[in-house]
Amino acid sequence: MKNIKSIFALLALSLGIASCSNGTDDPLPVADNPLEEFNLTGSFEANGHALEIYSEQEGFTMGYNELFIRIKDLSTEDYVSDATIHWNPVMHMTDKVHSCPRSEISTTGEDTVYKGFIVFQMASNDDEYWELNLEYSFGGTTYTTTEQITVNAPSNGKRTVNVFTGTDDVKYVLAMMPLTPEVTVNDLSAVLFKMETMMNFPAVVDYTVAIDPRMPSMGNHSSPNNEDLLFDADTGIYSGKLSLTMTGYWKINLKLLNDQGDILKGEDVTEENEGSSLFFEIEF
Amino acid sequence: MKTTYPYGAWSGYLGHLILVLCLGVIPLSPQKAQAQEPILAPIIDSILPIDLKEVIVISSFNRGIEHKSQPKPLSTLDQYLESSKKVSMVKRGAYAWDPMLNDMTSERLSITIDGMRIFGACTDKMDPITSYVDVSNLSDIHVESGQQGARHGNVIGGALDMRLEKSNFRPLGWTGAVETGYESNNTAQIVGGELNFSNEHFYVDTDLIYRKAENYTAGGGEEVAFSQFEKYNLSTNAGYKVSENQKLLASFIFDEARDVGYPALPMDVSLARAFIGSLSWVQDSFIGDLENWETKLYANTITHIMDDSQRPDVPIRMDMPGWSDTYGFYTQTELILDDHHLIGKLDGYYNRSLAEMTMYPNDPNEQDMFMLTWPDVRTLNSGIYLEDKISLKESSVKLSTRLALQTFNVADDFGLNSLRIFYPDMAQRQTRVLKSVSTHYHRQFKALHLSGGLAYGDRAPSVSEGFGFYLFNSFDNHDYIGNPDLKNEKALEANFKMDWPIKNLDIAVEGNYFHTWDYIIGVVHPELDVMTIGADGVKVYTNLEYANLYNVSLDMVYQLTSELDWSGLVSYHRGTDQNGRNLPFISPLAYRSQLTYGQGNFSGTLTLSGALDQSDFNPDFGEDHTPAYALLSLSLGKTFSIGGDALYGKVGIENIFDRYYSTYSDWNNIPRMGRNFFMTLSYAIN
Repeated sequence: MKNIKSIFALLALSLGIASCSNGTDDPLPVADNPLEEFNLTGSFEANGHALEIYSEQEGFTMGYNELFIRIKDLSTEDYVSDATIHWNPVMHMTDKVHSCPRSEISTTGEDTVYKGFIVFQMASNDDEYWELNLEYSFGGTTYTTTEQITVNAPSNGKRTVNVFTGTDDVKYVLAMMPLTPEVTVNDLSAVLFKMETMMNFPAVVDYTVAIDPRMPSMGNHSSPNNEDLLFDADTGIYSGKLSLTMTGYWKINLKLLNDQGDILKGEDVTEENEGSSLFFEIEF
Repeated sequence: MKTTYPYGAWSGYLGHLILVLCLGVIPLSPQKAQAQEPILAPIIDSILPIDLKEVIVISSFNRGIEHKSQPKPLSTLDQYLESSKKVSMVKRGAYAWDPMLNDMTSERLSITIDGMRIFGACTDKMDPITSYVDVSNLSDIHVESGQQGARHGNVIGGALDMRLEKSNFRPLGWTGAVETGYESNNTAQIVGGELNFSNEHFYVDTDLIYRKAENYTAGGGEEVAFSQFEKYNLSTNAGYKVSENQKLLASFIFDEARDVGYPALPMDVSLARAFIGSLSWVQDSFIGDLENWETKLYANTITHIMDDSQRPDVPIRMDMPGWSDTYGFYTQTELILDDHHLIGKLDGYYNRSLAEMTMYPNDPNEQDMFMLTWPDVRTLNSGIYLEDKISLKESSVKLSTRLALQTFNVADDFGLNSLRIFYPDMAQRQTRVLKSVSTHYHRQFKALHLSGGLAYGDRAPSVSEGFGFYLFNSFDNHDYIGNPDLKNEKALEANFKMDWPIKNLDIAVEGNYFHTWDYIIGVVHPELDVMTIGADGVKVYTNLEYANLYNVSLDMVYQLTSELDWSGLVSYHRGTDQNGRNLPFISPLAYRSQLTYGQGNFSGTLTLSGALDQSDFNPDFGEDHTPAYALLSLSLGKTFSIGGDALYGKVGIENIFDRYYSTYSDWNNIPRMGRNFFMTLSYAIN
């Protein structure tokens, strides 16, 4: 929801700016920074440019990160429009190197703001670190830069991303999209990728993510009228409905089913089995 | 008094019935004196005695000593109500019993204090309105069955109107009284007092009562844990005669109970507090021929804090506070035209009901679990009531009707969103039209009075029924979910009464029948998961196709001598749904037999009360078989004169044989009090 809101905010701002330039009688104040409400999570100087990365979160965080990018030309102090940007985050583990699922970078309603998402499936630690490779082009020139970044473990310790091997021996990454939980029927979304190689994570389409939210602290009770997450070809994400009947800690037990309806990962919650091995967590 | 009966050896229905009959003819030495006034005087309307009304007398000013006519003068209001013929009580402990009339509880009744609507703030019905007043400030309670109670609101089962005691411009000057009582079983201490000033232009009455009781002991000596309570009630009434024709009246009640245990429930109440106030304008004459114009504005606010902090073992700690505020008015006037006595009344109230539930996880690092169990429901009800009593030759007819508009608004978005989990298309507001029509006919054949009536009425769902969110009912061990789509419950009602005085014997037979369409009750939804740890399932309030409820009672009073009265009451109740399934909380055959002796300043009462086996019960609603029981109680009283003042003492024993028993209306079969000695002393200063 926040994503949609922020897009609307950007659209509204761009309209505001447009109307200002048209010289209306009552000009709206021109926002210095259309990403003011976001956190600047990284600013890298390279090639005479400053690459600014904004996020809703305080920093890069394990799980799904929606990121906004601006390129500032340091010689003119202007932000660059009409650029194409590619990114490749790489985790340098002690024994291997791998990437993570991420989207293409697209433009937004604000022509100097670009956006995309990255799913960090692990956090940085003392011995292992993430590097963000950026390749961007504008004015007929292509530039590259590589910066080390820190990916934090979630501050509340709650799980929002799962890396697992299905019964089909495929390694998957399933990440919950950001959610501001409320006591209501929430829109729950997730993204699903498979790990084809260490560096290639294509999106998985037409599977089903079955959900069973539970409160382990309150007799492991469930909630009514949940809807499993189904793939939406237009958005490329899995969407469903999550009912939360009260505040507190909820464990969203998951099962991943392929397009044949076979369970690839996850178990039913029963009297004997308190939770699935595949789950997300929410606390509010 | 002779009190030895071979009671303990008796068992079986026949034995009980014989005992009932025997008690009627116990020989006692007759002596010349005044008869004791019966506790439950039938209302005597000199023009038209046709109301199916019962008046429970609590105090009467003309007697000097208050509550004297009651076998147990300083008993709780709940015990007064229970001793009445029509009202029975659902009990979850020693305090705050929930009154039932015609086997229906508060959502189907109108319970008012001097006509003021008040709504309890507890989602689990732990604070019926009757718990916010006390015997110290009431004069009587008018019990009206079925649509006869429509004057007070939209009802199915009837109305209870508790009338406050007022000096009412009687030229008495300063009067005061001090009362104290003690009960052995739960070491209950009661201290009360009143100070009144009244003359022809002005009066002010103040009453104060304090009660504190420890755990009670059931028959056989078992202590019932968490049955303690403490409460005090302060009330004041004042009146000022603006002119001979015009009066300004005000009343205020403050009631607070603390540390109230509910042994039948998993939670207790640390605080139940009410502020109840009103301002009235009364005029003997109004516009034209209209007379007795009365207008009242009132407001009340209730805070109810339910918690389990005193309970040693709970799966999870929780707090469940609730609040209920009501603002209302009514204005009514009368018109007498030849054979017609008309009453017109306009009324309205606005109620706000909010209740929360916070559960504290055993892991202190986890966030609290919070929900709104009543989502700040704003109820606005406005109605008009019209009544016409028509006197005919040796007979009379009463016609009455009420039309009301009731609006619900779920004001809290958090609560609205919670309910929309179940009802995605639920509107925030809804409006219902409520109707009532009633006709009643009375005819007199010499001494014999026959009366009967037909009526139709409907009611809107209560806040819990419409908007409750995971309300745990420990009786059937289910969580309840409200249903905003409920249809109004509608009842067609028939009633009759025959009253036949033959010399010293007065026999009355009475019956009520309710055919209720869209009867609202919780129905199990197996697909829903419970919220409460240990609950068996989830019920959603649902309209049944219909339900039938009926009750018949035989009531006899026999004046043996001028000092000695015997009264007997036998009642039978039945309630089933469209499939013949038993409804919950329907009384089995119950009886009471009472001997009342009054001679000069001495009085005594011997009461046998009991019920047969409850065979028509329903496990679906958490009921099980309740065995038959019978109890014997005795009280003795004497008035002494000290100077011009009066001192009245009364002692008694309840449940003489210390029987272990519980009744059909005892929540989770909680056992009732065992043998109990009580003593009260009242001192009136004139």
